Amino acid sequence: MKPMSKIVRTVAASIGWFVFVFGIYVIVHGHLTPGGGFQGGAVMATGVALLIVAYGGWGAERCVGKERLPVFESAGLLTFIILAFGGACLGITFFFNFLANKGGLFGDKLPLGINPGIFNSAGVIPLMNMGVGMEVLAGISLILFAMFYGTKRVREGRCLVDNEEKEEDV
Amino acid sequence: MFYDIHYVTIVFLIALGIYAVMFQHNLIKIAIGIDILESGANLLLIVLGYRNGGVAPIFTMAPQGKSMVLPTPQALTLTAIVIGLATTALMLSLIVMLYRHYGTLDTREIRRLRG
Amino acid sequence: MSWTEHAPILIIAAPLLVSFAIPLLEKIDYRVRNAAAVLSLAFSVWMVLIVLHKIWGSGPVVYVFGAKSAFLPLPSGFKFPVRIMLEIDNMSAFMALSGSIAAMVGVIYSWAFVREEEGGLGKYYSLFLLMAVGMLGMELTGDAFNFFVFLEIASIASFGLIAYRREDPASIEASFKYMIVSTIGAIFVLVAIGFLYGRYDALNMAYIAKHMRIGIVERIAFVLLMVSLAMKAGAVPMHMWVSDAYGRAPAAVTATLVSVSQASLYGLFRVMFSMFGVTMNNHFGGWMLIIFGLLSMFIGVTMAIVQKDIKRLMAYHAISQTGYMLLGVGVGLAVLDNPVALRSYGLAAMTGGIFHIMNHAMYKGLLFLTAGAIFYRLRTFNLNEMGGLARKMKYTTIYFIIGAAAIAGLPPFNGFASKLMIYESVYKFNPLLSVVAMVVSILTLASFVKVFHSAFLGPEISKTRDVREVPKSMVIGMGIMAVICILFGLFPGMVVKYLAGPAAVSLANQTGYISSVIGGGM
Repeated sequence: MKPMSKIVRTVAASIGWFVFVFGIYVIVHGHLTPGGGFQGGAVMATGVALLIVAYGGWGAERCVGKERLPVFESAGLLTFIILAFGGACLGITFFFNFLANKGGLFGDKLPLGINPGIFNSAGVIPLMNMGVGMEVLAGISLILFAMFYGTKRVREGRCLVDNEEKEEDV
Repeated sequence: MFYDIHYVTIVFLIALGIYAVMFQHNLIKIAIGIDILESGANLLLIVLGYRNGGVAPIFTMAPQGKSMVLPTPQALTLTAIVIGLATTALMLSLIVMLYRHYGTLDTREIRRLRG
Repeated sequence: MSWTEHAPILIIAAPLLVSFAIPLLEKIDYRVRNAAAVLSLAFSVWMVLIVLHKIWGSGPVVYVFGAKSAFLPLPSGFKFPVRIMLEIDNMSAFMALSGSIAAMVGVIYSWAFVREEEGGLGKYYSLFLLMAVGMLGMELTGDAFNFFVFLEIASIASFGLIAYRREDPASIEASFKYMIVSTIGAIFVLVAIGFLYGRYDALNMAYIAKHMRIGIVERIAFVLLMVSLAMKAGAVPMHMWVSDAYGRAPAAVTATLVSVSQASLYGLFRVMFSMFGVTMNNHFGGWMLIIFGLLSMFIGVTMAIVQKDIKRLMAYHAISQTGYMLLGVGVGLAVLDNPVALRSYGLAAMTGGIFHIMNHAMYKGLLFLTAGAIFYRLRTFNLNEMGGLARKMKYTTIYFIIGAAAIAGLPPFNGFASKLMIYESVYKFNPLLSVVAMVVSILTLASFVKVFHSAFLGPEISKTRDVREVPKSMVIGMGIMAVICILFGLFPGMVVKYLAGPAAVSLANQTGYISSVIGGGM
């Protein structure tokens, strides 16, 4: 896929930021609105898709930094699983929400029933959402890049199709 | 009859998906068939949790005095969608690789492993 | 209140953590990565043993995720269990023991077997551990939807692993075929779980089992679960993916894939015994299992005899051996509502079938690993291109003899012990079934004599002239399985007393399974 015209590239560069910002909004408000890590990450990955369309695969790879994506993915997944381990390490249970209602980070108490939404609540859930969001962004971007390379002509050596199917956000 | 329209849709989607998987010879169409099948299963889960006149199960700014639909099937559906995404991505990758090796998407010509 | 109270979840969580960390560990050194993978699965085996010890002491173990207390499935004031939980009885622990040992051996074997220059090794180990996680999760969970999720994790990881040798179009094709079949099966599992959720508003298997009232919806769910899980386990009418997937995956993966299919088999047994049990017509379910078993045994072995590809041949034998498990446990299910028959031969048949699960995981894994060792040196699976390997690869030859003798049911190896239990108890149920099982066993022996003759005996051909023994890690991996084969063959009484027997009893005991979650009252 060749880079498209200058108009398209400029528009994509400016709209791409909005897509990313909206994705981040969906991720961090995951505990208050219908959203969360997977949805926000998927939204952000559409931004990557936009870049691939506008700049071509090689250009988008330079913008995004493809070598960093596997590390990013692993970091997101590790955030998730280490937060899950946190409850067990404190001697309670695996996946125990050890930050909720403690008053610190994301620790405000929620009133029962209908409320206007308190951002600083829900304990480890927003943090887990962020981990999952990172993972999904990196994973789907890698899939998109892999598919981009897959559509290239057959070259010598191996093809670059990854198996990045580790969506774990149960 | 009209009340059961969702269930009719689910049966239709699942039948369509199975038809596509069994009788189509194009790999991409088979992949589409599996996705339709998944949509049928997801729709089933959503419909199970639906209550007439219910609102989305979110406490933030919820309207007063309305009943809510069941949140559990929606969580299940979300997980099923994520799994479906992973399956679809992997399936399409495999199709790309099969196409590179064989130069065709027709299942009748891709049959190294028979018997 | 020691850390061992978290042992049930650590079985799953330790490999999961390492699997996620592997892309980072890989940056340090490849040895760190491999060692972490091996250690995490060894840790799982250890945790399974701790849990097993706990179950022997105080009955089924329940572990509730995210609750204030891990062992309180029903907090006060709750009518039904809302949280996801693991529920581990003897049967689950037995399966997890077999599966985690097989996965550990697979990773040890991979150290040398999967060469660094093939590339993508980080992803290989990640997916391998994810596959093990999915398998163990299926065997330990007490939640129907969680079962589906773990089923999909195991399946998706195994699709990636089967297609690992992507230069080979046949392996991609095998992976695609398995993917189509398995995804459709998994969707039907999801639909069945949806039906059950719609009826009982719960996903906990024990709760569903307690409130089970048979209607049309339950019948549909039962048939969907039975067919799709039998398909994932590789029983005969739906067996076409097995030979391709087993035949084309890397050998270390195949050895674990056997256990992954058995996790589906476990799911099938769990659904039939613990969820539906005697409330459904258990004669129907039992006879379905017996018929699946007979077909699998016979068709599997007849297809195997004509194969030229050593791994495809073993794959068809895997189908055939699955038939023994279905036969043994099916007889138990068919007499589940008849306490006299259950005590006189039903439990023995189930014990034989369940014992055979672990034996099969071990000797079939061993055989696949020896096939992989041959492939490692010769780069071929074709029996006609082998010959005279016995002089060149001593350890592999000995391991192959052990595995072949075990699968054919020769004493003193483990296959003999479990097959004898199946023959004796099934004979009391219906002599004809027992005769078929014995004939299949003889055909299996004939088939493996052929393999042994053409691969290991005979003159050297030009291709096998400068073959050497395989590297150490592969020898060690095969050795672990061979030792287990011999030990289980020499001391079958101990295994039946401590592992297989209690597993059969707990599988037949539906009320015990329910009451460990819901409690005795209510």
